[in-house]
Amino acid sequence: MADSAVSIPLGEGNGGLPPRANLTVGAFVAIASGALSFTLGLGPFVWLSITGFLSLVAISAWSLAVEGRRRARDRVMTVLVFEVFALAMAPLASLIYTVVSEGLARFDGEFLTSSMRGILADGGGAFHAAAGTFVITAVATLGAVPVGVLAAIYLVEYGNGRLKRAITFFVDVMMGIPSIVAGLFAFALFALFFGPGIRLGVMGSVALMVLMIPIVIRATEEMLRVVPDSLREASYALGVPKWLTILKVVLPTALAGIVTGVMLAIARVIGETAPLLITTGSIDSTNLNPFDGRMANLPVFVYQEYKFPGVPPEAYIERAWAGALLLIVMVMALFLTARLIARRYGVEIRR
Amino acid sequence: MSGTNGYRRLGDRAFAGLATGAGVLILIVLAGVAAFLISEAAPAFVAPASDLPDGESLARYVWPLVFGTVLSATIAILIAVPMAIAVALFTSHLAPRPIALSVSYLTDLLAAIPSIIYGIWGIAVLGPASVPATQWLADHLGFIPLFEGPASTTGRTMLVAGMVLALMILPIISAVAREVFSQTPKGLQESALALGATRWEMIRMVVLPFGRSAVVAGSMLGLGRALGETMAVTIILSVSGVITFDLISSENPSTIAANIALQFPESSGLDLNVLIATGLVLFAITLAVNIAARTVIGRREAAGGR
Repeated sequence: MADSAVSIPLGEGNGGLPPRANLTVGAFVAIASGALSFTLGLGPFVWLSITGFLSLVAISAWSLAVEGRRRARDRVMTVLVFEVFALAMAPLASLIYTVVSEGLARFDGEFLTSSMRGILADGGGAFHAAAGTFVITAVATLGAVPVGVLAAIYLVEYGNGRLKRAITFFVDVMMGIPSIVAGLFAFALFALFFGPGIRLGVMGSVALMVLMIPIVIRATEEMLRVVPDSLREASYALGVPKWLTILKVVLPTALAGIVTGVMLAIARVIGETAPLLITTGSIDSTNLNPFDGRMANLPVFVYQEYKFPGVPPEAYIERAWAGALLLIVMVMALFLTARLIARRYGVEIRR
Repeated sequence: MSGTNGYRRLGDRAFAGLATGAGVLILIVLAGVAAFLISEAAPAFVAPASDLPDGESLARYVWPLVFGTVLSATIAILIAVPMAIAVALFTSHLAPRPIALSVSYLTDLLAAIPSIIYGIWGIAVLGPASVPATQWLADHLGFIPLFEGPASTTGRTMLVAGMVLALMILPIISAVAREVFSQTPKGLQESALALGATRWEMIRMVVLPFGRSAVVAGSMLGLGRALGETMAVTIILSVSGVITFDLISSENPSTIAANIALQFPESSGLDLNVLIATGLVLFAITLAVNIAARTVIGRREAAGGR
């Protein structure tokens, strides 16, 4: 991470500002402008903006007076980068706070266990959608993981020449396919055989597969590459054929990393809305068969409830937020488990 | 040839074939995406103009959508790139080490949040919060076409959509930039410091030039994502199909992806083919952007930059 070269800062002893001057100024300005905003009745938004601006002015003035122009610019840029970083993280905090606080209103037993079947306004839940998301994502994972892992094995262990270069290049290209285009592809594929009215859970899975495969390939490739060649050579020296070496030596060594990569890939596609909107359709009751008709899922559920509420709208909006909360909990769980596995087995995640 | 040898040969060949097959499948899938989209879009290209949604021509139909797509992605890039560079620098060079790790977790988390949730957050929180600011812009800077107004009272504007898109692509750009910033040769950095450069001067003269092409490539990847992002725009904008540079009014152009998401569930017949044709256009645009980005990265790697 931050293994940059260490610069020796100027300190009080050698003609600079005292240590932690940036922090001290920031805190001082924050308190002062906080008091000001409070007396003038300004909101926290204005307070933080004032703090950000005034700390820059204060630190540059102080540093300019004591340390000179170059040191002052250094301090200003350091503080500015920190402030921009904080500005970038603020929406994340706001988003999580909003989803949790709005979502908790309907995040109850009924929401988790019942579907929307026969629900006109109040009540109902997202069981059908959560179950659908589970089925669709599971089918997509079952399809994407073998293909992705095998393709990565080809790239790392077997590939050479033009074909390898072409596949590497097109995996990168595939990474950039917009999710809605993946959805259109799945639709076009099935529409060609079953007519344009077709909506199936498995169509959503196909779309998600297109999005997942390149992520799985990339992660697996990365992990196979860090398996030391000495392990492979030791295995060959014992007379083990190449394919068994890969299956029994290389893959087990890289397993934790591959599992991490797959979980992050699932976390990435589980919230995809656009491709599912045009392939799985939406339905109010629980359908667990991906090959039989429309299938509800969480992202589309959230979208429908929020964008097209009935009367009274509050019930629909509340369900949308509760659905969003459930979705975020699922993503976070996948994300954190992946991180835990990575840390437990010392996997270095490079993205 | 002994029996075990034959078994080995067979196993090796079968496994190699399987792996190669999976690799080739990638090419087939990608070719399939293009082929199926083209075959389903074809009726829209050959249909008589009078049958098309606006009764004119396909190009007329697609043009405002392309405009909206490019406009929203441009706003997103303009906001996201400077912020992403700052975030990347913060993690790679400025943050104290224990903080740097959790900070990179946070940026990854930003990338993992589903787009639909960004969308409803944008319309419920960011939109209303932007109203006073856009009102001020319309009042005081209204002479600039971008802020001509009248300012929307709901915050469902192009500017807000662009800001939400910026948030979504920020982690992509900063991940690429962070990676390269932290690979800047130590020797160069230490030489700069030894010559008396301050930390910022070292960053400006060594780290940023070293990472420039990576930032360009990362930005293009982000651009590709912003062009194809659907749900945030679909849910935030109330679209009216106009072509305008006015970012803060309630009349907004739609984007290709958002238009597909909005129209698709209610469409049938030729309308579906037209939507798929617009999807093909989007596919072509993002493909071009991504190939350009990969070429930049590839050139870097070929030059031994990593």
